[in-house]
Amino acid sequence: MSDEPAVVVDGLAHRYGECEALRGVSFAVGRGEIFGLLGPNGGGKTTLFRILSTSFLATAGRAAILGFDVARDVANVRRQLGVVFQSPSLDKKLTAAENLRHHGHLYGLRGGALRSRIAEMLSRVGLADRASDRVEHLSGGQQRRVELAKGLLHHPRLLLMDEPCTGLDPGARRDLWDYLRQVREREGITILLTTHLMDEAALCDRVGILHRGEIVALGTPAELTATIGGEVVCLDSPDAASLARRIAEKLALAPRVVDDEVRIEHDRGHELVTRLFAEFSGEFRSVTVRRPTLEDVFIQRTGHRFWNED
Amino acid sequence: MTTPTQIESGDPRSSIWLPVASLWWREVVRFYRQPSRVIGGLGSPLLFWVLIGSGIGSSFRNPAGDAEMNYLEYFFPGTLTMILLFTAIFSTVSLIEDRREGFLQAVLVAPISRGSIVLSKILGGTTLAALQGMIFLFLLPLAGVRPSLVGLVAAVLMIVLVAFAMTGLGFLVAWPMESTQGFHSIMNLFLIPLWLLSGALFPAEGAATAVQWVIRLNPVSYGVTGIREALYWRGLPAGAALLSWVTCVLVTFVFGLFTFAMSVVLALRPAGGRR
Repeated sequence: MSDEPAVVVDGLAHRYGECEALRGVSFAVGRGEIFGLLGPNGGGKTTLFRILSTSFLATAGRAAILGFDVARDVANVRRQLGVVFQSPSLDKKLTAAENLRHHGHLYGLRGGALRSRIAEMLSRVGLADRASDRVEHLSGGQQRRVELAKGLLHHPRLLLMDEPCTGLDPGARRDLWDYLRQVREREGITILLTTHLMDEAALCDRVGILHRGEIVALGTPAELTATIGGEVVCLDSPDAASLARRIAEKLALAPRVVDDEVRIEHDRGHELVTRLFAEFSGEFRSVTVRRPTLEDVFIQRTGHRFWNED
Repeated sequence: MTTPTQIESGDPRSSIWLPVASLWWREVVRFYRQPSRVIGGLGSPLLFWVLIGSGIGSSFRNPAGDAEMNYLEYFFPGTLTMILLFTAIFSTVSLIEDRREGFLQAVLVAPISRGSIVLSKILGGTTLAALQGMIFLFLLPLAGVRPSLVGLVAAVLMIVLVAFAMTGLGFLVAWPMESTQGFHSIMNLFLIPLWLLSGALFPAEGAATAVQWVIRLNPVSYGVTGIREALYWRGLPAGAALLSWVTCVLVTFVFGLFTFAMSVVLALRPAGGRR
């Protein structure tokens, strides 16, 4: 039982009328992993999140959570799940503790056990002293922390989070990640989150890149960036297409044009720069050399810049 | 690694009523923390009652009976029904916003049945509407009505039944809605006429035949009539009067059960990818 992956997604597809949001997505998440679904908005992340959180039924394919099928065994799936939505799910007219109390009741928790669990969770997210404040009087970051406490209150074994860092400042984001790692260590729970932030995805144990309803890359951040040559050289040019063509002819390389930029993946990028200056000086405005990131992986797999979706 | 049997959280099946009671209580608490809703639900019907009631005043002649009855008095049960309708139906509007951005998102993925979600929502709306309606009963002396104790109890029963049916009706409209604007157009097009043509504003007896039929077929009419009759009881009614009141109770009750059952059916039905 415990060897079984926490999440298995197999050929999952979903369409809204004519629009195909997911086209045959497959991947698995191991127990205790922090898995990130990375993709631009509109890539299918939220649809996948809704199917896994049992809000939506998939049009085709299957998904299982801790061995339970999300379509057929929904009651068992729901008992294992903690869900943190992107948009707030707290009742702003109630206090933080009241929100958690109602949530506990939905999961069959009650009485003293529930009270002590609420106190425990609020102090873990650093809000013990705000328990009886109405949620509408808490700051955005504090509200997110109450959401997290709510998602974890009933001891879920899989935590699903949709864009957990939306609206968090860098400090709060760091705190959240420290806390997620703690929870994983202490309770052995699996965390699956969606994100459109490259640097956030880089913090996950493994990442699946979702583009136009398909997984275009899957692996640890290190594995994924390693699929690209040692360095990425980017040239900013007014006529990127023609520059790329001539670089390809002269230097026998395979540059890629993304918007106004020529990108070359190269093992020894810094040496290439010298040659580029020698051969094509004046044809580009600037040049940068850097280690590949997940964004480069995305561009390599899709030919698109991450942000300029269609 | 924990196995499912070691999950610390209790088994929700052990108590179906815990989530229902919890969600019902939430409806009540959040209502009274929004004074604008409390006042709005009472205020505008009250204003209608005073303005329309005293405006039409004694130029109103009740074809059904008592020639002495002025309009303020006639309009009282109708205003009470309007309070029930407004409070009950507006309590379900939150379903629309809550689904996208709010509390409902988490409730829908919790391990509880759809039936208990519907029940808690409808009981919540019923409680709020009935309480608002009972507050309005304190104005009875201003309308010149002095009900008997039995009559008051009967009126309260009727109020609860009407509140239940109206909340169910609101649920049916709100659940499939994508936007609150859509809700308001249905409200104006369908729910307000339902109230207008219930004998709330004018008696059926003086109306055109077609309108009389609409009033007779409109389930809300039985609520208005049931409340009206109870308020004029002198001791327990008998014969035709009793039969008429029991009919009102039964029609309203059956209508309430119907809207509730339809709400459950609607909530169980997947729609547009939603489950």
